[in-house]
Amino acid sequence: MSEHTTAAEAAAPAPKPRRPKPKSMIMLGEQTQALFDNARLAKERGEKVGWSASIFPQEIAETLGLNVLYPENHAAGIAARHQADPFLQECEGPLGYSNDLCAYAKLNLAYASVLNGESGVELPDGGKMVKPDFLLLTNNICNQLTKWYENLAEQMNIPVFFIDTCYNPYDYVTESRVRYVRAQIDQLIQDLCAFTGKSWDEERFRKVMKISQRNSCLWERANDLLDRRPSPLSGFELFNYMSAMVCNRGKESSTAILEQLNAEIEQHIAEGTSTFPVEEQFRVSWAGTACWPYLSHNLRTMKKYGINMVASSYGKAWAIEYEDLDGMARAYCFASTNGDNATTMIARRLEALKKFGCEGTIYHVNRSCKVMDCQMMEVQRQLSELAGVPFASFDGDQADYRNYSEAQFETRIQGLVEVMSQNKEAKGND
Amino acid sequence: MYTLGIDIGSTSSKAAILQNGDELVAHAVEPLGTGTEGPRHALEKAFGLCGLSQEDISYTVATGYGRMNCDCADEQISELSCHAKGIHFLLPTVRTVIDIGGQDAKALSITDEGQLTAFQMNDKCAAGTGRFLDVMARVLDVEISELGPLSQKSRHPVSISSTCTVFAESEVISQLSSKVPIEDIAAGIHSSVAKRVAGMSLRLKQTPDLAMSGGVALNIGVVHAMEQEMGCRILVHPLCQSAGAIGAAVLAWEKRKKEKVDYHE
Repeated sequence: MSEHTTAAEAAAPAPKPRRPKPKSMIMLGEQTQALFDNARLAKERGEKVGWSASIFPQEIAETLGLNVLYPENHAAGIAARHQADPFLQECEGPLGYSNDLCAYAKLNLAYASVLNGESGVELPDGGKMVKPDFLLLTNNICNQLTKWYENLAEQMNIPVFFIDTCYNPYDYVTESRVRYVRAQIDQLIQDLCAFTGKSWDEERFRKVMKISQRNSCLWERANDLLDRRPSPLSGFELFNYMSAMVCNRGKESSTAILEQLNAEIEQHIAEGTSTFPVEEQFRVSWAGTACWPYLSHNLRTMKKYGINMVASSYGKAWAIEYEDLDGMARAYCFASTNGDNATTMIARRLEALKKFGCEGTIYHVNRSCKVMDCQMMEVQRQLSELAGVPFASFDGDQADYRNYSEAQFETRIQGLVEVMSQNKEAKGND
Repeated sequence: MYTLGIDIGSTSSKAAILQNGDELVAHAVEPLGTGTEGPRHALEKAFGLCGLSQEDISYTVATGYGRMNCDCADEQISELSCHAKGIHFLLPTVRTVIDIGGQDAKALSITDEGQLTAFQMNDKCAAGTGRFLDVMARVLDVEISELGPLSQKSRHPVSISSTCTVFAESEVISQLSSKVPIEDIAAGIHSSVAKRVAGMSLRLKQTPDLAMSGGVALNIGVVHAMEQEMGCRILVHPLCQSAGAIGAAVLAWEKRKKEKVDYHE
């Protein structure tokens, strides 16, 4: 199958005229554009620009006034626009990396090799991910990131500023871990200031933290409002807003976007409308990363069967709450589901299934993320038993389009619908 | 009232006609799947056997990989629910079904009414599917139907990779060139399929009785290897290959019956 035209797309009738973009989406587009423009302008001024892991404390860079770009987010965008193929080929071919690597890493390592003058792949975005001068890294979401960033650092001869957030065997973060991470944060701030020539301003940090907390609350609220019936949004739409939290969490522009988004959601609730384009017959939760190359196929198939995804652990990972540097240390030890133990994760998901009235769960077995897949089968089994809610899982990938089958996805979704329908009917007969 | 089920798979097409939901009046299997003349031939054969025509059919359900491309269907239902219903029709004591089809494998938990409650399916890989066996039969230069009886003569089965069809194919070629007896290779191939499918099936809660469905269940070598891996007896009905089509016809009848009840209410 080609990356550009899927079988379903080829057979699909002419698309309906698109509904106008909501204002919050327009604002989001402007924010994303500004992120890349500002990084380019900073680079032109001779300032140092960084690349950052997605769950690195964004507020540190924001307080220092550093321009930072996000390879994971950028790779997801390339995959969603069906532009991944030449990067995957380059990474697995001339660059010599394994096919089994995370596809975000594969795309970014190939992109970096172009910026470094070592590869001739054409950059579809004209190189808007400007070449970094430093890297910001935490391992709370993924340990492969450490080797990925080590390679980037070696390739481009730049430093990595790293916080080892350590795994949590408990459902809380021990104080010794908080001290360990806090000490690293203090050292990292010093080192980053020395490297970039910036200085740390406590007052500025407090202001950034206030904005960040406000954004976290707004993001959480937007997610939570999907518990209404019908859900005011098609749940996949929230994935689009993640860049406001991943890349711009400490910025006032994110506050404006999220306030607008919340207002739009509230308007839908007041009017009893929804952006989900058909009648919401089933409500499900989504476990795992978005399958970016086939997000539209996922949505189209689910829409065909009236399934709205109203709860996702993925997007909510960025609703991180803390007020000071100790709080930052504690929160970032616990920021990602990949850092949680299975008991904590199952408890959270069980609560979400109940809160959002989910009748099923869809698990994306993401070939790129072995850590996530490792726990997924057991989570499926336990959660399904505890909640009495059926599930379907499908093979896919967050950015490698080769690891997905449209027919397999539809069969699993149809099977899930058939079980959910029976359950509904049985409930109605009780 | 007659209902029709048609199961359009990736490698074969099956049709089944039921009278009043409980009498199988005709069934047919054609070794050609979706995108071929197979579905039409299967229908013609089934209608020919019972002397009926499409006009006599009150409701038609299509299932299988090609279910969305069936013009005569009133409804499409996944092969998951259809195999569940079909096996329940053929073997009512069964509560767990393993279906190995042409390009996928699935394990199903079903109720005492044959309703699907949970399922697991293979990942995006041909290992552990009928396609895997087709490839291996070609490499061994035997008919697919000979593979099962051949493997029963094995005394020292070899180990064949269950990770990937292409890897497994090169392993089989290397075993052949090492003059390993063909029956030992055939037994190794079945064990490879069984390990892969059992691994997936054991993710589901296993409730007896356990049955195999689909065309691969006709391969005695695979069934024995599966019994070994699952650690229990596996029931196989002679019409296992038509179970999906039969289940589709049962669901068609249930649908029609429900519509009539709703109408009268």
